[in-house]
Amino acid sequence: MWQYILRRMVLMVPTLLVTAIVAFIVIQLPPGDFATSYMANLAAQGDQASLEAAQQLRDQYGLDKPVYVQFGKWISGIVLRGDFGMAFEMRQPVSQLIWERVWLTVILSLASVVITWLVAFPVGIYSAVKQYSLGDYLFTFLGFVGVSLPAFLLALVVMYIHFKYLGVTLGGLFSSEYVNAPWSWARVGDLVQHIWIPVLILAVGGTAELIRIMRANLLDELRKPYVITARAKGLPEWKVLLKYPVRLALNPFISTVGWTLPALVSGSIILSVVMNLPTTGPMMLRALQAQDMYLAGALILILSVLTILGTLISDILLAWLDPRIRLQ
Amino acid sequence: MAAHVSSVATVAETEAAIYVAPQWKLVWWKFRKHRLALISGIVVVLIYLVAALVEFLAPFPADKTDSRYLYAPPQPLHLTVERGRPQLYVYGYTSKIDPVALRRTFVVDPSVKVPVGFFVKGYSYKLFGLFPADRHLVGPLDPEQPMFLLGADRLGRDALSRLIVGTRVSMSIGLIGVALSLVLGIVLGGLSGYYGGALDTIIQRAIEFVRSVPSIPLWMGLAAALPLNWPPDRVYFAITVILSLVGWTGLARVVRGRFLALREEDFVMAALLDGASRSRIIFRHMLPAFTSHIIAAITLAIPGMILSETALSFLGLGLREPVVSWGVLLQGAQDIRAIATAPWLLIPALAVVVSVLALNFLGDGLRDAADPYAR
Repeated sequence: MWQYILRRMVLMVPTLLVTAIVAFIVIQLPPGDFATSYMANLAAQGDQASLEAAQQLRDQYGLDKPVYVQFGKWISGIVLRGDFGMAFEMRQPVSQLIWERVWLTVILSLASVVITWLVAFPVGIYSAVKQYSLGDYLFTFLGFVGVSLPAFLLALVVMYIHFKYLGVTLGGLFSSEYVNAPWSWARVGDLVQHIWIPVLILAVGGTAELIRIMRANLLDELRKPYVITARAKGLPEWKVLLKYPVRLALNPFISTVGWTLPALVSGSIILSVVMNLPTTGPMMLRALQAQDMYLAGALILILSVLTILGTLISDILLAWLDPRIRLQ
Repeated sequence: MAAHVSSVATVAETEAAIYVAPQWKLVWWKFRKHRLALISGIVVVLIYLVAALVEFLAPFPADKTDSRYLYAPPQPLHLTVERGRPQLYVYGYTSKIDPVALRRTFVVDPSVKVPVGFFVKGYSYKLFGLFPADRHLVGPLDPEQPMFLLGADRLGRDALSRLIVGTRVSMSIGLIGVALSLVLGIVLGGLSGYYGGALDTIIQRAIEFVRSVPSIPLWMGLAAALPLNWPPDRVYFAITVILSLVGWTGLARVVRGRFLALREEDFVMAALLDGASRSRIIFRHMLPAFTSHIIAAITLAIPGMILSETALSFLGLGLREPVVSWGVLLQGAQDIRAIATAPWLLIPALAVVVSVLALNFLGDGLRDAADPYAR
């Protein structure tokens, strides 16, 4: 087991490195260097910017040096000091701006994964056991619709219905009095009251997918001879079902996290823009529009790294649940 | 007795037909059984037909603004019989200024009838870019009269016409994007599956990497770097390239899997012993054996492309006006106030969902039918 974990972690190092390079490429894409755009931005806001300040920035991030030196400075700043560079629009270090939003993104995504599991587990079992029943057809159809309906379009429809029938706009994660308040239990409670709608909307796509997989896997298991043996021995039906087939069919719950998590994080970005949630989504869109590239690059890097970590955790969980995988 | 004999004969005949049928026929027979996929296939063909016949189907040009009819609501079509002849019409509008919201609101005015006809004369265009024409499937008999079957947007443009025009861009970006990722997928997946070894490991790692990273942030980052002054067609092409850079992995997996499976088959060995060259084995013997699988994988890859283009354009990072795609149209529905005023702006979302759903069902049926020998 430890060997498996170690192997997976070693394999992750090149992946993380490539992620960092990709994020850095995105930072480098717009023309001109960061200090120039920083200065232009200051000038546009009517501030006098000294040339020394620009030079100081260039030195700090090695902007005169070749690209690989810049990359080295950037990545070592992140790894050693947690310094993601400057967000020039806000004129603050990136690291001061992003963490609350990153955590809200993580909470939103994880809550969606949990909801996906909670819904897909009973529905998947029901669909497989009552194959070709009316309920099964209904869930299969809803599943296809769920896969085809991206979260942000669903959010638009939900927001419209909410506004039309309740007369209140839907959006945000906090009531107005808690938006800038420090964290407290009351604020957490307020978050819980607001977050469930986006969580449900975000979970629809993944749930639909997982129901289909769960149903297919369970159907495969139910056709196997050991199920007939169990029935022949007179086991009660619920025990026949839960003892082995369901446990074997459970693997996709963990193994699909590897690709539902990237999809969830992607979906949460656009959903957050539509519903105006204070997660990384709107901040990233704003940063990209303003070409505030250190901020955008940091967000791309953090989101990707967290997703990769989530996949790693799901792989370890899977190996722990299913010995066949770690022995391969 | 006679009936019995004849039924035995037909069974024997159908069995004989199965034995001599070429592969595409077997695929078709199996696909036909999947009713939903069949219906979806028809829907997909219809949607692409709309994309091909945009100018004929759209009553008005997509960029024709009319300041008199900002956010005019949809008019239902009515049918009446006048002097023994059926006549389609829509009601006109009367508008008044809402004193509270300070904007124009429209009331359908039953006293004004705008006659509507089929194959009416309208703006002139070139069908398929070749044949000059000015007929349109449906439109007001007097082109100056208002006809907004799906309402109008904030500049008084006809939503129906824009939806139809958007069909061409949204559906074609899916096709072109998939064509590009197919090239990447076949080359990389083929190399990976045919040669195996270290090359396989590297390509598999690359696929795993692309799949483990959330795609939307990456797309956003790449799309945001496109210069704002690029002409629309170059932006269109750049967006397709960006989408296919991430979308090739699914196709590469299918191709690799099929190559791995077929590499061990007897007919490949036979071709090898015959002295056939590598490229001949790949393109003449192996590729035709899994064309059906590739077609199924392509069909399943198009919806992802359409959804991604819609998402990017919706965020304002993808295609931009004056290009009209479903995502661009949905930009007008970003604000809840706009949707509340004009809920018909959400209709492009319906178009997205219907086409994606149809392509998914179709791809599902094709995937099941792709291997007609499987039980």
